[in-house]
Amino acid sequence: MATATTDPADLRLHVPPSMQQVTKLARYQLREYVRSRRFIALTLIVLAIGVILTALVAHFRGTIVSTNLAFYGSFWGGGVGVVIVLAAVFFGGDAIAGEFQNKTGYFLMGLPVRRSTVYVGKFIAAFLASLSMMLLFLAILVGNGVYYFGSNVLPWQLGLSLLIAIVYLSAVLGATFLFSSLFKTSAYGFVLTAILFLFGFTILEDVITDLVKIEPWMIISYASSTIGSVFSPTVSWGLTGTVTRVTTGMGRFMVTTTTYTAGVAEGIVIMIAYLIVTAAAGLGLFEREEFA
Amino acid sequence: MPTASIETHDLTKAFGRFTALDGLNLTISGTKCVGFLGPNGAGKTTTLKLLTDMIFPTRGGCSINGISVQEHRKWALADAGVLIESPEIYPSLTPNEALEMVADLRGVPVAERRDRIRTVLAEVKMSEWADMKFGRMSKGMKQRINIAAALVHDPAVLLLDEPSTGLDPRGMAEVRSIVRELKKSQRLIFMSSHILSEVVDVCDEVALIDKGKLLFYDTLDNVIARFSGSHASVDVALARPIGPDVVTQKIANLPGVAGVNQLDPKRLRVRFTGGLDGQERLLEALVELHIGVLSVAESESALEEIYLSQISRGD
Ligand SMILES: Nc1ncnc2c1ncn2[C@@H]1O[C@H](COP(=O)(O)OP(=O)(O)O)[C@@H](O)[C@H]1O
Ligand SMILES: [Mg+2]
Repeated sequence: MATATTDPADLRLHVPPSMQQVTKLARYQLREYVRSRRFIALTLIVLAIGVILTALVAHFRGTIVSTNLAFYGSFWGGGVGVVIVLAAVFFGGDAIAGEFQNKTGYFLMGLPVRRSTVYVGKFIAAFLASLSMMLLFLAILVGNGVYYFGSNVLPWQLGLSLLIAIVYLSAVLGATFLFSSLFKTSAYGFVLTAILFLFGFTILEDVITDLVKIEPWMIISYASSTIGSVFSPTVSWGLTGTVTRVTTGMGRFMVTTTTYTAGVAEGIVIMIAYLIVTAAAGLGLFEREEFA
Repeated sequence: MPTASIETHDLTKAFGRFTALDGLNLTISGTKCVGFLGPNGAGKTTTLKLLTDMIFPTRGGCSINGISVQEHRKWALADAGVLIESPEIYPSLTPNEALEMVADLRGVPVAERRDRIRTVLAEVKMSEWADMKFGRMSKGMKQRINIAAALVHDPAVLLLDEPSTGLDPRGMAEVRSIVRELKKSQRLIFMSSHILSEVVDVCDEVALIDKGKLLFYDTLDNVIARFSGSHASVDVALARPIGPDVVTQKIANLPGVAGVNQLDPKRLRVRFTGGLDGQERLLEALVELHIGVLSVAESESALEEIYLSQISRGD
């Protein structure tokens, strides 16, 4: 971005290009995260979850963990979503709001950086910090998996599931950053992200399935269930989900329960759409945000 | 190297229906220290935030070094150092780390960074605490590091919003002396303050603002000349108390004296005419009265009066 008025080269100091500033800012922010109490706290929480899961696996060996696919499907598929949401809350919940609340934003805003540089730099830092939590969780599960099934039976689905989980993490962080720049009070970002992603979206998904009676494709929890469903032999890989209708009861009390399962490609597309929409909205909001 | 400049044209900011800054037109350039003086709530911080793109104008715009702040914040701030609203630095950082980060993001060449950081830490007298975490620092220490952060890239323009406010008297004095030192290097300093004596102490020029409107912008000398007419005044400190009769009968009748105010038994404020010659004659005459003159200082009351009369006119 050169300007018509003054060639940046005229300036005594050479301010780095925005891309470089993003990387630098992300690195400093990441160092800030790693040093924070939150990072230690979340590491302990993930370790605790890991210990509990390890105990559960030991308890259920032979039933739920009869095959490595079933093992990863239930424990990775069931647990990583919680780790992702916790990480997003911890690292993204006040990423933007905190800059207003703690007045650290005035420090950054005095620098020759574009607003988008600050937003993207912080996003990348939160992403990497969260990713490290996800990988810690993965390491614990793989440890268990290798112990029970041997190291030569790491299913390829785990790699795909990891990629889907990374897309999900990006989408959750996109939303978290959006909430965080929407409210200048940190608490709202934390609470909204936690409520929506821990159970809000799941409730919405059920409401749409049961009351509106359509495929809840627009709900991100529906899309993110593909993290676990890739391990299922009946999963649909395409852009459409599968519908299962189960009828129970007798006579006048027959009830048909409909279950939708997102296709893998469908889930990924939906999550990417969430990421794009929330990132664009959050960035647009931050560009117009005043440090009043 | 472009000439250092700050320019605003019709710069206006409304918060809802309240206009905090109303059509500010200001053109400042060269290397000097300009005081942006006004009482609390006058619109000083609003102006400085507009100048740094922290908030957006309702109307008008501004530029630094000829680059529009609203269109190109990054390049407008490239050769400027900014201290607004005593920002907080991440508590886990030390001054060395914070300054390293600022220097890095600002593109100070790696080879020069260490030197620059050491220099600015010395300038703000914080060298000893270069590795202390911010979380453990006093307000005054943080503020000095904030000033260092604004200086680390040796900017042509320096924007300081009430740098001494909120500090204890010693901290205020320290910050003032730092700013006075900064004037020695060639740069344009724009410093806001609600304290007249601070502006007189540190600045060459003054822009007076009240209720969002610029009242005047001129050199300090011109302001005094323009508003105090031919009168000037000095404060006289005495060794012994003197009675009111001495004041009214002797001092008031000295040649060139336009008025005497006894501030307390041992302190007088004398208004006189005749410029520097008049001042010389007055001092000689005062000494000859043998009333125990200890010291004579140019009084700031002239400016004080201008300040107070200007900012209360709108009431
Ligand atoms: N974000 C804001 N919302 C509403 N009013 C504001 C806001 N910021 C400042 N003001 C008002 O604008 C006026 C000028 O404020 P400010 O520029 O901070 O004054 P100063 O820095 O000269 O003390 C004050 O009356 C203040 O209350
Ligand atoms: Mg102010």
